[in-house]
Amino acid sequence: MKIKKRWYALFTAPLMITFFVVVIIPFFIGIGYSFVEWDGFAKHAATFVGMSNYKAVFGDKQFINAAVRTTIFTVISVITVNVLGLFFALLVTTGLKVRNFARTMLFLPYLIGGLILGYIWKSVFSEFFLSVGFGNWLTDPTKSIIAMIVVTTWQLAGYVMIVYITGIMAIPDDVMEAAAIDGANYFQTLFSIKFPLLMPSFTICLFLALSNCFKIYDVNVSLTGEGANFQSEMFSLNIYNEIFSLSNFGYGQAKAIIFFLIIAIVTFVQVSITKKREVAM
Amino acid sequence: MAKSVKKIIPNVLVALMCLLYLFPIYLILTNSFKSRAEMYKNMVALPEKFSLKYYLSAVSKMNFTTSLINSIVITIVSITIIVVLSAMTAWMFVRSANKLSIALFSILVATMLIPFQTIMMPLMQEMNWIGKATGLQMTDSIGGLIFMYIGFGAGMGVFLYHGFISSIPVSLEEAAIIDGCSVWTLFWKIVFPILKPTTMTLIILDVIWIWNDYLLPSLTLKSTANRTIPISTAKFFGQYTISWNEAMAALVITIIPVAIFYLAAQKYIVKGVAAGAVKG
Repeated sequence: MKIKKRWYALFTAPLMITFFVVVIIPFFIGIGYSFVEWDGFAKHAATFVGMSNYKAVFGDKQFINAAVRTTIFTVISVITVNVLGLFFALLVTTGLKVRNFARTMLFLPYLIGGLILGYIWKSVFSEFFLSVGFGNWLTDPTKSIIAMIVVTTWQLAGYVMIVYITGIMAIPDDVMEAAAIDGANYFQTLFSIKFPLLMPSFTICLFLALSNCFKIYDVNVSLTGEGANFQSEMFSLNIYNEIFSLSNFGYGQAKAIIFFLIIAIVTFVQVSITKKREVAM
Repeated sequence: MAKSVKKIIPNVLVALMCLLYLFPIYLILTNSFKSRAEMYKNMVALPEKFSLKYYLSAVSKMNFTTSLINSIVITIVSITIIVVLSAMTAWMFVRSANKLSIALFSILVATMLIPFQTIMMPLMQEMNWIGKATGLQMTDSIGGLIFMYIGFGAGMGVFLYHGFISSIPVSLEEAAIIDGCSVWTLFWKIVFPILKPTTMTLIILDVIWIWNDYLLPSLTLKSTANRTIPISTAKFFGQYTISWNEAMAALVITIIPVAIFYLAAQKYIVKGVAAGAVKG
C-alpha cells in the first residue's frame, strides 16, 4: 500500500518526537553525566572526571552491600513467586467449583500498587506481629529482607499465575487423554508432559519476576525504607539516595548506568537459556 | 453422600486458603473501624461497632478528593493519547515497512529494557531546560507528567499494536483506498475499530502501571494540589507519627478505586494482563 509522506509524518511524528524527548535523549545525557562530578546545582559547574565514577563504585561498601542484597532477594523471590504462582495455576485449572473465585482473590494483590502493598504489610510485620509476640520484623536486618520477599511474592504470584493458566489451557486435551490411557499418574503427567510443554510460560514468568524483583523500589520505600545503617537498602533506592539525597549526580548516574547494564545482560542470558529448553508442540 | 462430601472438601479448603491469602487486607479493614484500645485488645477480631471516625480524618489529611481527581485525570488523559498515537504509529510502521519504520520500531522495542532509574535524573534535568526554554510548565505539572507518560508508554503501545496489525490482511484497506477513502478516514473508520482487542489490553496494562506509579510522580509533582493517590499516601505515612487505625483507614480508601475497577472490568483485566505478559 502506497502512503504519502505527509500522512506518514502526521501519523508517526507526534509519538516518536515525544518518545525521543522522554526516553532516548535522557538516556544519552545520562551516559554523559556518568563521567562528570556535579552536585546538581545549575550554578555549579560539572567537572569531567573520566572513568573515576565507575571505579569508585567498586570501593563503595554501601553500594556493594545493596547490590548483593538485591541479588539474593531477587534469586529467592523469583523462585518463591514462580513456585507459588505455578501451584495456584495448577490448583485453579483442576475443575474445582471455586476456581473462578480463587483466581479472582489470588490475582487481586497484583492490582494494588507496590507502595500501598508495602504499607499494608507494614501493619502486619510491625503492629500485628508485635501484638501476637513475634516481634517487629522490620527492624531486623535479615527479617526485613524476608518481609520484602513475602510482600513481593504476595504481589507477583497471582500475576504469573495468570500466565501459567494461559499456558496450561493451551495444552491440547488429546495429549492429556493419551497420557491417562497409558496409565500415567498425576505426577508423571505433571513432570513429563505439563512442565516440558509449559517451557514458553516459564520463559515469560521468569523474565517477569526477574525484572520486577531486581528493580524493586516502591515496596522497599514503603515497607522498610533504608533501615538503620542502610540494612534494608536495595539497588534502586541506593541510586535514588545517591542522586537526590546526597546530591552526587554524576556518581549516582554511573550507578544507574551499571544498573541498566546488569539488567540488560541478565535478562538476555535468562531468555536465551530458557528459550533453548522450549519444545515444539 | 460420601461422594458429594469428597467433592465439597477440596472446594472449601481452596476457598479458605484464598481468604487466608488476603488476611492482610482483612487486617487493615477490620482495624480501620475500631478504636485504639479495641485494636490493641485483639487485632484479628471483628469490630464491636463500626466507627467512621478514622476514615473522615484520613480523607481530610490525605487531601483524598484532590488526589483522586488528579489520579483519574492523569490516567485517563495519558492513556487516551497513548492509545491514539500508538495505534496510528504502529499502523504506519506496518503498512509502510520501509527502513525508517523498521529502525524506529526496533529502537522502541529495545528501549523497553531500560529501567526508569537509569533515565530519571537526566530526564528531570531535561524537563527543567525545556521548561526554561519554552516557558511551558514541565515539572511539577500534570501536563508535564502526562507528556512523560506518553513517551514511556510508546514502546509497549506500538509493540502490541504492531503485532496485531501485522496479522490483519491489507486487502480491505486497499479496497477502501480505491473507493476514494482518505488515509485519515480509512484509519479511524475501518482500522481502529478492528484493533479493539489490543486497545483493551493496552488500556488495562497502562491503567495498572500509571494508576500505581510512584517514582516518576514523586520526582516531578511537588505541590500539594498536584498529588496523585500514591504520592499523598506516601506523604501521609511520612508526615504523621503513625496512628495505625487512621493509617489503615487511609489504605482502605486507596484500595476502593482499584477494587471498583477490578469488579467492573475483571474479564478484560485478566485477559489483558495475560495477553500483555505473553507478548511483552
